[in-house]
Amino acid sequence: MTHTQKRIIINDIVMALSTLSALIGMGFLFWILSVLIINGIDALSMSIFLNEGAPPGNSDGGLKHALIGQLYLVGYASFFGIPLGVLAGTYLSEYSQKSKVAEIIRDISDIMMSAPSIVIGAFVYAVVVAPFGHFSGWAGTIALSIIMLPIILRTTDDMLQLVPSTLREAAFALGAPKYKVIVQVVYRGAKAGILTGILLGVARVAGETAPLLFTSFNDNFLNTDMSQPMASLTVTMYNYATSPYEDWQKLGWAAAFILSMFILTLNILGRVFLLKKRGKR
Amino acid sequence: MATIIEINKEKALEVKNFEFTYAGADTPSVKKLSMPVAKHNITALIGPSGCGKTTLLRSFNRMHDLYPNNKYSGEIIFKDRNILTSKEDLIKLRIQIGMIFQKPTAFPMSIFDNVAYGLKLQGIKNRTELSTRVEKALKDAAIWNEVKDRLKHDANGLSGGQQQRLCIARAVAVEPEVLLFDEPTSALDPISTAGIEELIVELRERVSIIIVTHNMQQAARVSDYTGFMYLGELVELGRTEEIFVTPKERLTEEYITGKFG
Repeated sequence: MTHTQKRIIINDIVMALSTLSALIGMGFLFWILSVLIINGIDALSMSIFLNEGAPPGNSDGGLKHALIGQLYLVGYASFFGIPLGVLAGTYLSEYSQKSKVAEIIRDISDIMMSAPSIVIGAFVYAVVVAPFGHFSGWAGTIALSIIMLPIILRTTDDMLQLVPSTLREAAFALGAPKYKVIVQVVYRGAKAGILTGILLGVARVAGETAPLLFTSFNDNFLNTDMSQPMASLTVTMYNYATSPYEDWQKLGWAAAFILSMFILTLNILGRVFLLKKRGKR
Repeated sequence: MATIIEINKEKALEVKNFEFTYAGADTPSVKKLSMPVAKHNITALIGPSGCGKTTLLRSFNRMHDLYPNNKYSGEIIFKDRNILTSKEDLIKLRIQIGMIFQKPTAFPMSIFDNVAYGLKLQGIKNRTELSTRVEKALKDAAIWNEVKDRLKHDANGLSGGQQQRLCIARAVAVEPEVLLFDEPTSALDPISTAGIEELIVELRERVSIIIVTHNMQQAARVSDYTGFMYLGELVELGRTEEIFVTPKERLTEEYITGKFG
């Protein structure tokens, strides 16, 4: 066998192995999605969106309480997490002048990003739930904000640093004050990237269960009082899916389906923004 | 040791005993430099890489202040005052002394908004006034005909040469008294370069110009005065034709004849 033939064969083997691995990965992904869609769509009905939780055996139970609770929890978490994350990222990239403090903040947020979310839940349990003596929507919101913060902070920081410094200098050279340079020129240049970071951050917390289990806990009825325990899709899904009742299990599938579609949409939107940005170049 | 020509015309700027040291550096990058800059003339700064010419240029609009711990000493006189003092209003200074960079720096916004940017910073909000001044600036920068039908389009869709002229339009729109050009054509093709050079010569009517260039032919083509810098010092400043034909300093002669650099 000549040297060239050998190389061609090795190339074929490597290509076959990597194609196979990719197919296996994709296979699992589509398997998950199809099981979810088949069971989820089967369980979907209008009453799911209109009715609150009901005791097992009661056929008109719905997920309204969990959907609205989820919106409250993720909405408030975004309300606090997004501005904090974007502003902190702005500080790191634009104001910190490469100081030691900035490096420490970066390292800490990298660690926080990979911290198990249940640990964050335990932390919020200790500092919020335990002192107040009961679970609450606020506690869940705080846990989700903490998880969201480092993701948005680091993407904002990275995306702002990708904006060439000559662009900043050009704006300064026209007599622009610093905050205008940041808001009008730098943010504009990094818009798509920052938006992607925000969407990925929201998508990440929307799928969290562990930190909610012992912060916002759960509620089988509609509650919009943030100081009380609050239902979420994820915890409801966990409770329903692990229950022995068939109608609750069905609702669990519906919750899983709705949640996955929501997160999938956010992720796809995030990619679209990034692609659009690249397409412009 | 340096040969600096006396300029009897009105001066746009006057540098006196100027020194500049970058943050953390032991020795200054520009050393005890003195030179006049004639009003409504083009002064070119040439010299090998690292000679301090861009550093000097970026001192005229205090660009170095964007980064911490850089040190100035001496004086740069502009409109009867030393602009190196801490009470200098950098925002006003940078409106009066504009800058064009090596790479085109079109902002991520429309062509119109790019040129209107500096005007809006000055508080001009009236739409008609904005569009008249944007149009005038784009005409001054010889790019109006190419962009007049797509003013709302993203400026990043323009070619490199067009973007550079857009940046010049943006800078002249605020009617500065001095324009600093930092190797404005080094990222451009020869045809765009010729266009920019022509434009710089025309702009002399209205503004005083200082241009840093690596390209000696460019300095010879566009400038009235040329300064040759070496190792942070100004070796010679004179009328451009004299610098290139009969330089007084041996170092200048060696540089322009290509013996080093």
